[in-house]
Amino acid sequence: MNTNGNTYTIIYSTVLVVLVAAILSIAAISLKPMQDNNVKVETISKILTAANLYDAEKAASEGNAYAISEYEKNIVSALIVNSDGEVVDSMKTKGEEIEFKVDLKSQYDLMKQMDMENPQKELLAKLRLPVYVFNVDGRKIRVVPCYGAGLWGPIWGYLAFDEDMNTVEGAVFDHKSETPGLGAEISQPKFYSQFHGKQIYDGSEMVSISVVKGGARDDDANGVDAISGGTITSRALEKTIRTWLSLYKPYFAKTAVSAAQSAGEPVQFMSVEQSETEEE
Amino acid sequence: MKDVNLKEVLLQPIFKGNPISVLVLGICSSLAVTVQLKGALVMALSVIIVTGLSSFVVSLIRNSIPNRIRIIVQLVVVALMVILVDQILKAYAYSISKTLSVYIGLIITNCIVMGRIEAYALGNKPIPSLLDGLANGAGYGLILVVLAFFREILGSGTLLGFRIIPQSFYDAGYMNNGLMILPPMALILLGCIIWIQRSIQKDLQEK
Repeated sequence: MNTNGNTYTIIYSTVLVVLVAAILSIAAISLKPMQDNNVKVETISKILTAANLYDAEKAASEGNAYAISEYEKNIVSALIVNSDGEVVDSMKTKGEEIEFKVDLKSQYDLMKQMDMENPQKELLAKLRLPVYVFNVDGRKIRVVPCYGAGLWGPIWGYLAFDEDMNTVEGAVFDHKSETPGLGAEISQPKFYSQFHGKQIYDGSEMVSISVVKGGARDDDANGVDAISGGTITSRALEKTIRTWLSLYKPYFAKTAVSAAQSAGEPVQFMSVEQSETEEE
Repeated sequence: MKDVNLKEVLLQPIFKGNPISVLVLGICSSLAVTVQLKGALVMALSVIIVTGLSSFVVSLIRNSIPNRIRIIVQLVVVALMVILVDQILKAYAYSISKTLSVYIGLIITNCIVMGRIEAYALGNKPIPSLLDGLANGAGYGLILVVLAFFREILGSGTLLGFRIIPQSFYDAGYMNNGLMILPPMALILLGCIIWIQRSIQKDLQEK
């Protein structure tokens, strides 16, 4: 048989490609549930890490079940809020049913279209912002995500806040394809553990967390050290955190007020707006 | 077809004809994935499977492949194996597949795979081809594991994630060698391995 004829070559390549495509489709479909579950567990583990509830050694020995059971045990509720700080929906938090309804990327796409100085109302109304509320030693710790563009690809992370919605309990960041050894360091504990104890308000103004090139001063409550050699990623992260926190601001304010009221403490940073209305 | 010495096929690529240290193929990935032993082991296993199976499959269909689209057919077979390995890792070893991510995909471009198919599988029966592929993958894996062993123990003080260098050493002033974690040091280590091999195997030395 002539294996060099045109007809033979065309038929041969067609059959080969269809066969290979079939094999790959079967593999992809049959492995999909497990892969999706891994992605979900990854998200859970990041959220738990931000809330300081994740023990990496235990996770390594106990596998996926560890993250799911810790999440189930500690979570109070998983909420979705809008940009006015109102709770509009909630997510299931038990075992197999754990869900993450909000696609962070599509929220980021909405933010990209916004003029952050003066956000358009119709875009703001579309925003859906997740909040994960955990009970840690009797305190309510709230974890919020952020997602943005790094140098080469997306970067994202979670920030956990104490009840005053000002002090950062913990943080964790990850990236798709930042430069190893430089920008990629944002996913290392050495970097993200700096966020612990930092504050996002300076007096009554929300200043977010600055990532300071050359190192933050020791007494800087709102800044952490940038990564040397990873300036663009550091700046991108700073901008990402600032953007997301500014959209969460109404929710944070409401939560801080109600937390302070229930504890009988004076509200710190919300007092400005309130005292103004009282004077009127 | 002439009889092939299967033992020779299996042993040759491990040491005397090692694809990395003698043929100097597949350097790129051997620098990139050897920071930790765990990653190197998985990468080694993946390459062994890919080289073995793709050599086997190409050898099975070698007489039917139209000569003009030979390379494309080989690529399709190799790509099939690589994607399968990648999908399986994503399902069963997610954290490793995240750290290896791009390098698994780049097995397709690993010179060893295509090199062995062109040089061996196209002209030999399936079983010797399978062994040849497996052995070349193993030769590659061996260098990877040796590199990763030294890089992890000197760079991080651990092996497979377990602490090997005791805390008392650090207290006494010992420090991890940060250079070991970076790719240039892997190249220097690889140079040392080639040096050692050439001083043992005199016939490799150029006059």
